Amino acid sequence: MGTNADDLQLIEEFKKNPIGHHSPDLQRLLNRLRSVPMENKYCLVVIKPNREWQLAKTTGKPGVAVKLLQKKFTSQPEAEWYVFRKRWKNLTGETLKP
Amino acid sequence: MKITAYADKTSVAPDETINFMVNCNAKQFKADFVKLICGDMNPDGPGYQEKVIRTKATGTYPGRKQTIYAGSFVQIQDNEKFNHLESFTLKAFIWPTTPNKGHQTIIGNWSEKDQNGMSLDISPNNNGLMLTIGSGPDKVQYVVSGKPFLEREWYFVAATYNADTKRITLIQEPLHTHAKTRDRSIKNGKSKFITPPKSNRRITIGAQFKRTDKGRTVCQNYFNGKIDSPLIAARALTANQIEQLKTGYDKIRMSNDVVAAWDFSTDISSLKISDVSGNNIHGKVVNMPVKAMTGWNWDGEEMNWKHAPKQYGAIHFHDDDVHDAGWEIDVSLRVPKTLKSGLYAIRLRAGKDLTDEDYVPFAVLPPRGKVTADICFILPTATYMAYANEHMGTDSPIAQLLGGRLVEHERQDLYRNEHREYGASCYDTHTDGSGVCYSSRLRPILNMRPKYKSWLGGEGSTLWQFNADTHITNWLEAQGYNYDVITDEELHHDGVSALEKYRVVLSSSHPEYHSKEMWDAMSTYQKGGGRLMYLGANGWYWRIAFHQEAEGVLEVRRAEGGIRGWEAQTGEYYHSFTGEYGGLWRRNGRAPQKIVGTGFTAQGFDISSYYKRNPDSFKKPVKWIMNGVKDDELIGNFGLIGGGAAGLELDRADTKLGTHPDAYVLASSEDHTDLYLVVCEELLINYPGLGGQENRLVRADLVFYETDQGGGVFSTSSIAWPGSLSHNNYDNNVSKITKNVLDRFVGEDPLLD
Repeated sequence: MGTNADDLQLIEEFKKNPIGHHSPDLQRLLNRLRSVPMENKYCLVVIKPNREWQLAKTTGKPGVAVKLLQKKFTSQPEAEWYVFRKRWKNLTGETLKP
Repeated sequence: MKITAYADKTSVAPDETINFMVNCNAKQFKADFVKLICGDMNPDGPGYQEKVIRTKATGTYPGRKQTIYAGSFVQIQDNEKFNHLESFTLKAFIWPTTPNKGHQTIIGNWSEKDQNGMSLDISPNNNGLMLTIGSGPDKVQYVVSGKPFLEREWYFVAATYNADTKRITLIQEPLHTHAKTRDRSIKNGKSKFITPPKSNRRITIGAQFKRTDKGRTVCQNYFNGKIDSPLIAARALTANQIEQLKTGYDKIRMSNDVVAAWDFSTDISSLKISDVSGNNIHGKVVNMPVKAMTGWNWDGEEMNWKHAPKQYGAIHFHDDDVHDAGWEIDVSLRVPKTLKSGLYAIRLRAGKDLTDEDYVPFAVLPPRGKVTADICFILPTATYMAYANEHMGTDSPIAQLLGGRLVEHERQDLYRNEHREYGASCYDTHTDGSGVCYSSRLRPILNMRPKYKSWLGGEGSTLWQFNADTHITNWLEAQGYNYDVITDEELHHDGVSALEKYRVVLSSSHPEYHSKEMWDAMSTYQKGGGRLMYLGANGWYWRIAFHQEAEGVLEVRRAEGGIRGWEAQTGEYYHSFTGEYGGLWRRNGRAPQKIVGTGFTAQGFDISSYYKRNPDSFKKPVKWIMNGVKDDELIGNFGLIGGGAAGLELDRADTKLGTHPDAYVLASSEDHTDLYLVVCEELLINYPGLGGQENRLVRADLVFYETDQGGGVFSTSSIAWPGSLSHNNYDNNVSKITKNVLDRFVGEDPLLD
């Protein structure tokens, strides 16, 4: 089953504006994607304030180090879009084009 | 982080000394002192600004590792009566919260090193109660009840040892029974050893002695949960005598056999632990376990421990409690006599190319009894303490929902995630899930730092608390204002005398936590003609108490309302430090509207919004506030905190909650995202439509009103406000309005035209 037209509209809306006002349908989707448990949950580590971030995952275990991943970003929207695609894939099995 | 540090105080006057305790994994570190101007590292803002000042303490120091030993316990003073213990009885009521976590000590004087003494414990694999007795290596015996404890259930536990007969009895008795649960046990055994387990080691309760480190007692096997009425007798008491002990100390006559009986319901507000046996073998708490906790006999009929102390004989111990890190002093600064009051920090650098760094901020006060400016900025150190080392970004699944984006972690966040011994904030829960109601500043507070971003602070600079407040000091410096800095502790200890000589007092972006003393001081200041600019929101929200013996520790009981990271257990709403009812000031009859005209109404942490002028802003008496602002101009549709001046936490005017009847609601914010939600204390019946797009309670009200004797209050009602001050090189309407008000407040003119 492919990503349907309604989904594509929400995906497009998110891609254009990942942080800020969202339609109720997109907000519901984001609430679901962002509410995953802390184990292996994506987060960012600041490399250069407001200019460079590194992708990481929390462990969900207090005291156990956050896992740093290789991927780096130079903007928050870029990071949001990357993680959105990862989470979409986990949720639906569908791979979204970058 | 190779270097972390804290100070013995957060404020210091000229010619006084402030000490810094440093943990450094490098051979040496460099210490400089700086005046902090702007801590925001965002290249899109005014930029980081500090100014190095020369002091006699500036220099290079040897580095050394210093450790925090987390975990609370009671340490009983040495007494010769323990030296001769042969036969004994140990007894307590316990309410274990993590019986399955592993070995946890209730009471004993066991020596791991010498393998002697006695210890009453939860056994390592929760095989129930365990008594350990030993008189040396290879002469150790364990007796286990074999019945696992349930979480959060009260048990009566006791162990006896008769040195003559070598008979051991172990009693594990649940106070509440469940039909299918088998957690009751009475076990009898015989010791194999001839030598009695006498030991001169000191008694600890809630943990097992391990060793001493530079005078500090270091323990292991920390107990999570409550312990009530522990007792030691110098004889194996009979079943009948043990039965009598259950009824509480006030009903039994202490026999000569009782060596010590500690009643945690006495001296609740003190660090002291009292022995009521008559032998006066007292003790003290270490690392601040929580007192004034409902005990085994609390019946729900009384909520105030002062009214029924005997039902509050429990102390809740946690394996992650921290009070005073207890580090040794590395750097002492005698503050130069001529140093101007302001916000300063020690800057510590170590490692290769001095790239590892920590700062410890502090306020330099004006000389004692004097002021050196008309303007006073109150550094909200109580609020910083409440948030000290919070872990929501790494621990809480709702963090990304609240922020509406990925959580950003700084190196400090990563470090304190891995170093839980640095202690938690009053937004966290302990390892056993109970709320953290005490917080100390005598430990490195790694989120109270310049250059630090917080996950909570709104898109953009993402600052929160301390570093967000440097947007205020930055603006004051940029505008050339002369100002003094004091902290919440001056307000608490000195009362209105800390404020009364100032023409104007400026709040921080988020002065959330106030003791009664602080509240009264601000109220008295206003009534005496004082002028307050409240440059934030969510202020005067939680009631706190400071400990009356221990420096630098506050308490917050998250009682029956408000946005809470955890909830106080029923019956535990009253501060142990003072006996005052805790929780929201609103539920103490003093809603924030009564002292600043507006009070907490909504929060969201993604993007901020703007204000629109209300008709009140055009009224003649107050239109001076809007000088330079056009009639239809949006106020603060820009800024470093979420891109607007109205954001994060928002306050609203409400005469029903105490807003001054003559208050002017000059402007109100609008168009907040649906991540902004009405606060829960407004929700008697929950209902749809609580988000920023639909609900008019989601707004910040810009408010001004006159107080007695020419005083006045100006409230911005938004945490994001200071983040907009520097926009367009300080030429913007948020800066203009702030300046209009500050200039009028400093001046001699009446506040109404």
